[in-house]
Amino acid sequence: MTETTTNWLAACRVEDAVENGGVCVKYGEEQIALFYFTRRNEWYATQNECPHKKQMALSRGMIGTITDEPKVACPFHKMNFSLKTGECLSGDECAIKTYPVKIEDGTVYIAVN
Amino acid sequence: MNKLKIIIIGNGMVGYKFCEKLKSKSDSFKLIIFGEEPRRAYDRVHLSEYFNGKTAEDLSMSTASWYEEQEIDLHLNNPVVEVDRAAKTVSTSSGEVYRYDFLVFATGSSAFVPHIKGIEKEGVFVYRTIDDLDLIAGYAKNAKKASVIGGGLLGLEAAKALIDLGIEETSIIEFAPRLMPRQIDMAGSEMLKSMLADLGLQIYLNKNTSSIEGETNIGGLKFSDGSELATDILVISAGIKPRDELARKCGIDVGPRGGIIVDAEMQTNDPCIFAIGECALFEEMIYGLIAPGYEMAEVLASNLCAQSKSFKSFDMSTKLKLIGIDVASFGDPFINEPDCRTIVFENKHKGIYKRINISNDGQYLLGGILIGDATAYNMLLQTSVNQILLPADPEELILGSRGGEQVGAGIESLPDAALICSCEGVTKGGICSSIIDQGCETLDDIKKCTKAGTGCGGCMPMVKDLMLHTLKAQGKYVRNVICEHFNYSRQELYDLIHIHNLKNYDDVLNEFGQSDGCEVCKPLVSSLLASLWNEMILKKGNDTAQDSNDRFLANIQKGGSYSVVPRVPGGEITPDKLIVIGEVAKKYNLYTKITGGQRIDMFGAHLNDLPIIWEELIAAGFESGHAYGKGLRTVKSCVGSTWCRFGLHDSVSFAIRIEERYRGIRAPHKFKSAVSGCIRECAEAQSKDFGIIATEKGWNLYVCGNGGSKPQHALLLAADLDSETCIKYIDRFLMFYIRTADPLTRTATWLNKMEGGMEYLRNVVINDSLGMAEKWEAEIENLVSTYQCEWKEAVENPAIRKRFSHFVNAPEDKDPTIEFVEMRGQKKTPEWKKV
Repeated sequence: MTETTTNWLAACRVEDAVENGGVCVKYGEEQIALFYFTRRNEWYATQNECPHKKQMALSRGMIGTITDEPKVACPFHKMNFSLKTGECLSGDECAIKTYPVKIEDGTVYIAVN
Repeated sequence: MNKLKIIIIGNGMVGYKFCEKLKSKSDSFKLIIFGEEPRRAYDRVHLSEYFNGKTAEDLSMSTASWYEEQEIDLHLNNPVVEVDRAAKTVSTSSGEVYRYDFLVFATGSSAFVPHIKGIEKEGVFVYRTIDDLDLIAGYAKNAKKASVIGGGLLGLEAAKALIDLGIEETSIIEFAPRLMPRQIDMAGSEMLKSMLADLGLQIYLNKNTSSIEGETNIGGLKFSDGSELATDILVISAGIKPRDELARKCGIDVGPRGGIIVDAEMQTNDPCIFAIGECALFEEMIYGLIAPGYEMAEVLASNLCAQSKSFKSFDMSTKLKLIGIDVASFGDPFINEPDCRTIVFENKHKGIYKRINISNDGQYLLGGILIGDATAYNMLLQTSVNQILLPADPEELILGSRGGEQVGAGIESLPDAALICSCEGVTKGGICSSIIDQGCETLDDIKKCTKAGTGCGGCMPMVKDLMLHTLKAQGKYVRNVICEHFNYSRQELYDLIHIHNLKNYDDVLNEFGQSDGCEVCKPLVSSLLASLWNEMILKKGNDTAQDSNDRFLANIQKGGSYSVVPRVPGGEITPDKLIVIGEVAKKYNLYTKITGGQRIDMFGAHLNDLPIIWEELIAAGFESGHAYGKGLRTVKSCVGSTWCRFGLHDSVSFAIRIEERYRGIRAPHKFKSAVSGCIRECAEAQSKDFGIIATEKGWNLYVCGNGGSKPQHALLLAADLDSETCIKYIDRFLMFYIRTADPLTRTATWLNKMEGGMEYLRNVVINDSLGMAEKWEAEIENLVSTYQCEWKEAVENPAIRKRFSHFVNAPEDKDPTIEFVEMRGQKKTPEWKKV
């Protein structure tokens, strides 16, 4: 029954997303980083703010893997975060928020509540 | 379950380390810290860097959220004023009372201030805390002459800080007949003194200050020998005094000359009260260094967790860099004949003094002193601490072998118990086991696994040697492989991409890599592709494989805005173009600054504005300056023979020619150049990756210089060249560098690592010893002829241009979180937001 209570934000068209990279989605006052990991055919969404220095930058980070765990590296100081769990992979305690993503009819939706 | 409460008085480095260590061992304690200063614990060892650009936040030991995450209550600006041992409570200056189960004094020390007449005058400071530094900096603005009382370690640091503040005349006054009397001998002091004098410091030894002169403000010093010295500011750094007043007040035993008496478990005469760090007195000794302080923290944390550990008298060996001069002493530096034999090496020309003390039977190293060159320090310290048998010619330990083969004590001869990282107490055995048993294969792995090198970092060269040695001994072929996705070195991958004619990152990864890449291999492969094929870097799906700055053809700045740097070849610019820069900067509200590379930076551009800004600049005849890329930055020039009465050739024209030749070429790292019109060298060409200086007969070509954090003069590659030959040699030099350097290695480091050094390089470039010259010249020619301005392509290509917007679902909106504040009539970014 969760489907009915989830609030899905229509973020963009699939072709507007960047292959193997990120874009930033505006959601009211919030910013969400949306990643299209084309090589793995996976979509991820996280908060756009890097908690390390509070910079709105994660969508501009490089994505990749560490021992097959998908991750993003912040462009500021290369702090690494798991795209799956949001956990910081650079030894720090800070974690980032992650959001479920779905694709329907060529539109990318992010679960925002 | 109720947790046992530990109250820690003092929030310095050792107090912080204690919390970190205890938290990592056990979660059964509740920690409450009271600090007198308004700041979280910070790195006092590197305090002088505060005047060198580091902020209080940079020096901080932890993030603000660390204490919260560890559930530690931190009370800053709220010192404990009373301890009631019977009730087991403390009262703070704000009037609150807290109960403890265990109490830890980590109160540290204060500066010892001698009783000198006039010491209360304005302009007299101590050098201990960030607040002290702020006071000194504030007062120093109006000071021309400065003095420091105390020629010890801290006194010299304070003198450096005063130099950094821009005071030209700084004097050091020392009561003893030599500098650093606790660490070095008379001859060492003489050497150090002459080197410091060369740097403009006045050194007065055997001076006893009898009074401080002046009305309300200091004006000078009077000494007991009747002499005087004018000074506007005085910093006292004559030693430390343990902060034991609170302990004393509540009846804890303290030493006759101060210090809270502790046993080997750090316990005081009250079984529930402990002391660690500079306030603790162990076997009549105060330990004023960081490593023994951390060891005390470790001992106490272990014992609280029921792991028995005791503190042993600690080795006081030190190595530091004072105002750029290496100074080290280890073991017993002062032991003399007839109790030992000493070997001394002195080179006044280079400012090097080395002394080692060896046992009378010639078997063991007892101690020593190194000044001017302390590269052998780690090895010598280990040799003495671990009582390793000395080689037959122990002088080679400080002179280096003159026979070819490396002699004596290499790392392999160290016992497993040898302490490599004294900050974190990691032994050679621990490091080797992390490699052999736990499979660590990189320095990062070892750091994470053992914590070695996470303190002062001074042991890292030795850890690296140990790693390479252990891996080799295991039969592992040691290569600089790129990352977990590519089991190749940069050079190998360069050839593979070339031979297989690969043109984008994904193809390279599919062909030669595994999994899905990362922020290490992506920019590296992108750089190779650019060096090889010179295609627009944002094409063919390579955009997201570019380094963050390359991806948006601009440097991302604090706060998330970007900088715009058009190329100004040779630093020559017309009035009309200057006006365009001014107009564009005004229109888009950009901060402007002249760079060190003779061009103009515009800061604070929104991502969305970058294409339109560049469109306007390109229309006025500008092109990308590649300030964001690992490639040619600028070719500086002096005005040369066109205007200068000393100029021998037209350095500006040659600089422009060179800048336009090599612009846009991607390399393992950025590279810079300069052309000077005569030997006065106004363009500073000898600090560049390649620099050119005009001579009567042509051009002298210098290579592999570097400014930056580790300055290095460029070396003469060839003299009196004509322009064509000069360019030919630069072509070959650059291609050789691009082909063979490790990732992110500047030319200076590349040369330093090259076997055979400059002789070899000269042979390759001038004598074509590898037979590659023709090929390399053709490759450069190809790069030169295919050059295109990246920004021109980016603004003209709709698919690329589309990516320069902050929001995918609101392309017109700029990032609303970007903020600026005003400073001197322009904007700047606000400080990092507090985390």
